[in-house]
Amino acid sequence: MQKSSRLAIYALIELAADPERQVSVSEIGEKYRVSAHHLAKVMHTLGRAGLVRSIRGVGGGYSFSGNARRTTLLDVINLFEDMSSDCKLTDRDAATAAEWALFDVSCEINDIARATLGSITLSTMLKQIERHKKSAMARTSESEMA
Amino acid sequence: MSEKQSGSGGTPARKAITRRAEAADLEAVAALDERVTGAAKPGYWQDIFERYATRRLDERFFLVAEAPAAKSKGPILGFIVGEVRGWEFGSEPCGWIFAFSVEPGTREQGIGETLFQAISERFRAAGISTMRTMVARQNQLHMAFFRSEGMMAGPYLQLEKELDD
Ligand SMILES: CC(C)(COP(=O)(O)OP(=O)(O)OC[C@H]1O[C@@H](n2cnc3c(N)ncnc32)[C@H](O)[C@@H]1OP(=O)(O)O)[C@@H](O)C(=O)NCCC(=O)NCCS
Repeated sequence: MQKSSRLAIYALIELAADPERQVSVSEIGEKYRVSAHHLAKVMHTLGRAGLVRSIRGVGGGYSFSGNARRTTLLDVINLFEDMSSDCKLTDRDAATAAEWALFDVSCEINDIARATLGSITLSTMLKQIERHKKSAMARTSESEMA
Repeated sequence: MSEKQSGSGGTPARKAITRRAEAADLEAVAALDERVTGAAKPGYWQDIFERYATRRLDERFFLVAEAPAAKSKGPILGFIVGEVRGWEFGSEPCGWIFAFSVEPGTREQGIGETLFQAISERFRAAGISTMRTMVARQNQLHMAFFRSEGMMAGPYLQLEKELDD
């Protein structure tokens, strides 16, 4: 997955967690240790896709405007890259048996990756994060008790 | 996926209650399954009922969902079937879900989640800590549902091969 796709997912998770909240590009940039310049481009693409809305003026920034329950990770990634590029045979007529065999394996992996990314919505990610936090908290309190 | 209607998000438990399937539910279960899968399976549901709703009930669960107010046996809104399976492929006992359907007209209202949670509870009470199922990876609806319930790829991969004639 490319860096822009990853950044887009982080930014969307950040915003979708509280659609009322407005977050500035620099705030997200600092949190994920990336340049505001790169992030601004990413946010622009998300804005064009209707997933975020930009708010101008003092205290401006971005807020979430998509449907977190129906936007999958694949929907987001598709805005930035072509996931199927790993499974392409450049010259079918000239391809050797070895190239075909490796092509088959790449397509198998790509298929699974697409199915996985296409079934995880932003709200499923938010639920997963909550579970992660809960189990981290449980581990901390267990180790404090010990 | 992006064009789908927004779902319930509400409290699923109030939309439906669950209970074990009874013989009187069989016809409705078979009809719902036929409507959803497009395949009639004569004898299949009778067999499933005998195996999963009449024997070894501490580890076999055939549950149906119905409207909370249904006094007489109203129309069922969905069903889920699962069992504890131990030591297959060297695995510790775990709960398997192998049949699951919600009435198309009452989907996206939390009934699937209610059934899923009900069977999870039964498995937990049977001392089971892991639950498994198998989904067609092209079936985005099934994949999205199980993912949203917290299921992830497990440690096993399903493999297959066409047998030569
Ligand atoms: C999968 C199934 C059981 C879900 O039942 P349901 O009652 O609609 O599910 P719920 O309302 O409890 O949904 C729970 C979560 O699943 C996901 N989900 C459900 N329907 C979805 C859809 N159409 N698109 C994307 N995600 C969906 C959502 O994350 C949802 O949470 P949300 O409402 O907060 O968005 C139902 O769609 C079904 O019966 N499908 C056919 C099953 C089948 O083919 N059975 C035969 C072979 S066994």
